[in-house]
Amino acid sequence: MPLDAQTVRRIARLARIGVADDELVPLGHELDGIIGWVEQLGEVDVDGVPPMIGTGLAMPRLREDAVTDGNRREDVLSNAPDRVDAYFTVPKVVE
Amino acid sequence: MSGYRIEGSTGLWEIVVGLEVHAQVISQAKLFSGASASYGGEPNTHVSLIDAGFPGMLPVLNAECVAQAVRTGLGLNAEINLFSRFDRKNYFYADLPTGYQISQFAHPIIGTGTVEIELADGTVRHIGVTRLHLEQDAGKSMHDQDPTRSFIDLNRAGVALMEIVSEPDIRSPEEAGAYLRKLRQILRYLGTCDGNMEEGSMRADVNVSVRKPGEEFRTRCEIKNVNSIRFVMQAIEVEAARQIEVWESGGTVDQETRLFDSARGETRSLRSKEDAHDYRYFPDPDLLPLVIEQPWIDALKAALPELPEAKRARLEAEYGITRYESGVLTVEQAVADFYETVARDADARLATNWILGDFFAALNRTGRSIENSPVSAQALRELLGLISDQTINGKIAKDVLEIMVETGEAPLQIVDREGLRQVTDTGAIDAAIADILAANADKVAEYRSGKDKLFGFFVGQTMKAMKGKANPAMVNDALKKQLAE
Repeated sequence: MPLDAQTVRRIARLARIGVADDELVPLGHELDGIIGWVEQLGEVDVDGVPPMIGTGLAMPRLREDAVTDGNRREDVLSNAPDRVDAYFTVPKVVE
Repeated sequence: MSGYRIEGSTGLWEIVVGLEVHAQVISQAKLFSGASASYGGEPNTHVSLIDAGFPGMLPVLNAECVAQAVRTGLGLNAEINLFSRFDRKNYFYADLPTGYQISQFAHPIIGTGTVEIELADGTVRHIGVTRLHLEQDAGKSMHDQDPTRSFIDLNRAGVALMEIVSEPDIRSPEEAGAYLRKLRQILRYLGTCDGNMEEGSMRADVNVSVRKPGEEFRTRCEIKNVNSIRFVMQAIEVEAARQIEVWESGGTVDQETRLFDSARGETRSLRSKEDAHDYRYFPDPDLLPLVIEQPWIDALKAALPELPEAKRARLEAEYGITRYESGVLTVEQAVADFYETVARDADARLATNWILGDFFAALNRTGRSIENSPVSAQALRELLGLISDQTINGKIAKDVLEIMVETGEAPLQIVDREGLRQVTDTGAIDAAIADILAANADKVAEYRSGKDKLFGFFVGQTMKAMKGKANPAMVNDALKKQLAE
């Protein structure tokens, strides 16, 4: 079933991507193509096979609890489109 | 079952509450980066490029944060899951640079456990814990610095939190308060969270619904981010009252997120967008599943400190104190340690009475906590030793404690300088009594003709004449003897 315009609009909003109204239907077809391709996986019989999340159940490498980073404010703020002194700033968020 | 009921126009209502507590993990560094997790700091200095969401940065899990979650799970008598996994919880907010929070959705590290609470009337209840999972904190937004912009500080972004979710087992504001206090006490004993609600290191989301007793659950509302135990209790009360009014006026309660306004004493709808809860969780591809091993858990368990309930039971058995007393003395580990330093191999009853009485009163009066008490446990132990070995009497000891609080001097030093040693010389006591009786011949006659109550008067006069330093038991004996003559 093709994705309708309303679903495409909702997905775009969740991803904060602006989509013009006349793009909704073509985009729905494109997304359909992607979903259809991935859905081929549904043809594989996985009955009784536990889900595999990683390549192995080894304990991942863990970090020691030590402060090894930080105090690099200029790096951290280097891509900020707008800043005031030590802060990032964004258009006012009020709920 | 709890008897707490709210009376509405259609009859009695029961409240149903579940709590989601966010507890900041005590650790040096953040959950997935090497930046400092400490509170405060200049804005945007406790931030690594991982926390700031720079492209290509990979999270690496902090082993100590995992250990802290396991310790907490053990303290809650909970299942420890050998397999757990981190998922991405996707939402957009200015203080969340990556656009997702790394959390444990489908496979939390800790499963079901319980918290035992005790109410004011002595009732004991068990509140179920559904799960505990590890997740990242977000940064901090400030909305009052500028008319058109919000300011963002990412120092907190990425700090490890434990989200501890209770079952909807709580049935009154009092139970909610008792649950939070008990949880905080356990976390503090374990050293896994400082429980400081003022600094935000412990905060609660409160799920409230109401129902007629015996009914199925009705729709609940979630009150977000309540930051004190008192406010949690108030929020439950006002939200329950609001919901009862909605139901009784023929309406229905909508499932929604609300905010508690403590100044107005009301909850308000946050009017969130309809898709605010569409988090599109999926396993974080940057992180392997977390697999831990039983021997490691066993080693953490073996190193756990004595927890509040065990400590209470032991203090009751070792020192012969009551259930109430053991509760007060174990509220904080530091108080229990102080108590044991004073009471161990000493007169435990005397130690208990003094600590719960004069010593706590002195702390209150000076506004000090046990950690910076004006009188050390060792000094108080010495003072009580002076009572036990008859160097001073209890009345004088109170005066000595006052001086110790003021000057910090050692008790024996004060006793010697002020000449406060107890008089146990029977000759001196007899002589003082003889003078009192001679000067109050009329009262002696009254006493002898049956006015027993005057005995207290003679004791008071004698103690006064001896500047309070006489041994009270000896005064009693000597008075009885002379009055009988």
